[in-house]
Amino acid sequence: MSQAVERHIDRSNMTVSDEVAIQITNMNKWYGEFHVLRDINLTVNRGERIVIAGPSGSGKSTMIRCINRLEEHQQGKIIVDGTELTSDLKNIDKIRSEVGMCFQHFNLFPHLTILENCTLAPMWVRKTPKREAEEIAMHFLEKVKIPDQAHKYPGMLSGGQQQRVAIARSLCMKPRIMLFDEPTSALDPEMIKEVLDTMIELAEEGMTMLCVTHEMGFARQVANRVIFMDQGQIVEQNEPEEFFNNPKSERTKLFLSQILGH
Amino acid sequence: MSNTNSLSYVRKEMLEQQPAPRSQVGFTRWVRENLFSGWFNSILTIVSIFVIYKILAGTLPWLFGGVWDATSLEQCRTILTERFGNTHYACWAVLTERWNQLLYGFYPETQYWRANLAFVLMLASLAPVLFDKVPRKMLYLTMAFPFLLVWLVWGGTIWGVTSVAVGFILGGVAFKLVDRFGSMALSTIAAVAVALIWWLFIGPSVVGGLNAVAPLGHLQEVQSRDLGGFMICVIIGISGIALSLPIGIILALGRQSDLFIVKTICVGFIEFIRGVPLITLLFTASLLLNYFLPPGTTFDLTLRVIIMVTLFSSAYMAEVIRGGLAALPKGQYEAADALGLDYWKAQRLIIMPQALKISIPGIVNTFIGLFKDTTLVMFIGIYDMLGLSNAIRANAAWNGIYWELFIFIGLVFWICCFAMSQYSQWLERKLRTDHR
Ligand SMILES: Nc1ncnc2c1ncn2[C@@H]1O[C@H](COP(=O)(O)OP(=O)(O)O)[C@@H](O)[C@H]1O
Ligand SMILES: [Mg+2]
Repeated sequence: MSQAVERHIDRSNMTVSDEVAIQITNMNKWYGEFHVLRDINLTVNRGERIVIAGPSGSGKSTMIRCINRLEEHQQGKIIVDGTELTSDLKNIDKIRSEVGMCFQHFNLFPHLTILENCTLAPMWVRKTPKREAEEIAMHFLEKVKIPDQAHKYPGMLSGGQQQRVAIARSLCMKPRIMLFDEPTSALDPEMIKEVLDTMIELAEEGMTMLCVTHEMGFARQVANRVIFMDQGQIVEQNEPEEFFNNPKSERTKLFLSQILGH
Repeated sequence: MSNTNSLSYVRKEMLEQQPAPRSQVGFTRWVRENLFSGWFNSILTIVSIFVIYKILAGTLPWLFGGVWDATSLEQCRTILTERFGNTHYACWAVLTERWNQLLYGFYPETQYWRANLAFVLMLASLAPVLFDKVPRKMLYLTMAFPFLLVWLVWGGTIWGVTSVAVGFILGGVAFKLVDRFGSMALSTIAAVAVALIWWLFIGPSVVGGLNAVAPLGHLQEVQSRDLGGFMICVIIGISGIALSLPIGIILALGRQSDLFIVKTICVGFIEFIRGVPLITLLFTASLLLNYFLPPGTTFDLTLRVIIMVTLFSSAYMAEVIRGGLAALPKGQYEAADALGLDYWKAQRLIIMPQALKISIPGIVNTFIGLFKDTTLVMFIGIYDMLGLSNAIRANAAWNGIYWELFIFIGLVFWICCFAMSQYSQWLERKLRTDHR
C-alpha cells in the first residue's frame, strides 16, 4: 500500500507560520439520526501539510467537505482564513474561491476541453479576462506537465492525467488552501506516482494542504502532522515519525497494522 | 517430463497486425451471413423479395402514373379512363389545384409574399441556433424574429409589436438594475412588474397615439381565422418548440428545488398537464378561456392555442430534462460548488449543457410529438392541412378524394420530423467528447 516516493524533497519553503488558516471548534454533524462527526477540534496553520487517515466510513470526507461547505455542519464553528462559515452565501462564496478541492473521481467537466475546465472558474467567478485566464491555465497545466493536452477533452486522458488537470484547475483560482479527498485511490498503481509528485511540488511551494489519503509514504515525507479518525472522531494526531513508529491508541495500532500489512 | 526450459519463454519480436481473411469482409459475406445463412433464412429471403415486388408492382404505377393537371376528380377520372382504360391511378391534380390553400389556408392571395418572407426569415434565424458555425451576429435576427413574424403574418403597423418588444426590454433593464442588490427573486419580480405595467397600461395608449400620428409600416391586417394550412402548423409548431424548451428547463429545475412552494407548484403543474389530453386543453383554449377573461378583451385564438400547446409540451419536456439531470453524477455539482460557481452559473455552464446533451433524444421526441399534435387544432376550427383536406372534400369538385391528400400531408410531416431526427443525431455525434 505504501508507495515509496523516492525523491528528494526541498524543504526550504515548507515552513509553518503561526497564522491560523483553518480553525474548527467543537464541530458536530449529523446525517438524520446518524452522528457522523463528533466534537471535532482542529487548528491548521498556514503552510501546514496534514494527512488525514482512518478506516472507511470514519467521516474523513465529511470533515474536509465541511471546510468548503459541500456539507453543512450543525454545531460548532469553522473559521477559514478569518471568515466564519455560516449560511451567509457571501461568506461561502468567498471561502470557496480561496479553498481548492480535488476529488477521488476527479470530477472534471467532460463537455469542456482541459483548457476550458481550467479557465471556467477564473473567468466566471473572478471575472478574469479570457486571455489572461488562458495564460494562467497554461501556466498551471505546464506545472502539472500536461500543456500539450490542453485542447483535448477529459475523456481522452488517462486517470493520472485527469487528476493532475483537476489539481491545475483548482490552482487556477489561486487558492490559499488545498483539500484532497483520496486523490489517488481511483488510480492504477503506475499513475499514483505522477499525482503524488504533483502534490509534493505543491507542498514544496508552501501550500497549506489537507489530504485524506492512504499513501503512507506520502504522509511520512510530506506531512507535518497525521490525523487519525475513527467513528467520526479525531482519535490521534501526531508528527508522522511518532505517529507511525509509536502510535498511542489501540485503534491506531490496529489500523496501521492493517494498512501497512504487518 | 517436467522440463523447466519449456516453461520459460520470451518473445523477441512483436507480430505485425494481419488483415482479416477475404471471406470475412465485404458484400458477399454480408449477403451470405444476413440473407442466406441457412435453408430457412433463404426461403424467408425469397418470400420477402416476392412480397416486396408485389407491393411495389401495385403501388408504383398508381403513384407515378397519376394525373397532375385537372380541376376536379371527375375530370381526373375521364383523363385516366382515356389514357389507361381504368381509374386505378392517383389524382395528384388536387394538390396542384389546391396548392396555395394547403400552404397558406385562407390567407389573402395578394399577401402571400409576407408569409414567404416570414418563412425565409425563420430559416435564417434558426440557422445560428442550430449550427454554431453560423456567425453569432445572426442571433440578433433570431431575437427580433418573433416580433417580425407577428408583424408580417398578422399585419398592422410596426408599433404594436414594437410595444411588446419594449416591454421585454424594460423588464430586462429592471432586472439588471435590481439585480445589483443580489436577490434573484426580487429582480425577477421587478422585471415582470415593469413589463406588465408597460404592456397593460402605458403601451396600448402609446401605440394608439403612434398609430394615429405615424402609421409606420402598415400592412393589411389578417385575422387568425384566415390562417391555415402548412403555415399555421409551422407557426404553432415552431413557437411551441421554441417556448417549451426553456419553460421545461425551468420546470425541471423547479421540481428539484429545495423551496417547498416552488417545488409544489412545478410538480402540480407537470402532473396536471400530463394527466390531461391535449385536445381538452385546446377546447379550453378555444371555448372556456373567454369566460374567464374580462369581457371585451380580445385574446387571439392562435396565441391561445400556442400557449396551450407550449404548456402541454413543456410538462413533458420538464420530465425529459429531469431524466438528464438525474443521470449527471453528483460530482459535477460538487466540483462546480467547490470552484465557487453560484447556482445559476453552475446550472448554465456545467449542469444544463450536460443534462440537455443527455436528453437530446427525449427532447427531440417531444418536439416531434408536438409538431404532429398541431393537427389537433383541426378540432377547434382552425384549418390546418388536415382540416383543409376535409374542406376540400366538402367541395363538389373533389368529393371522394382521400389518399392523395393524406399521402401528401403525411409526407410533409414525415419530411419535417425526419429532418428533426437527423439533425438531433448529427448534434449528438458532434457533442460527443468521450472518444479516445
Ligand atoms: N449523504 C449522506 N447521507 C447519509 N449518510 C452519509 C452520507 N454521506 C456519508 N454518510 C455516512 O457517513 C459516514 C462517513 O462517511 P465519509 O465521510 O464518506 O467517510 P470516509 O470518507 O471516512 O470513508 C459513513 O458511515 C457514511 O455511510
Ligand atoms: Mg471518503
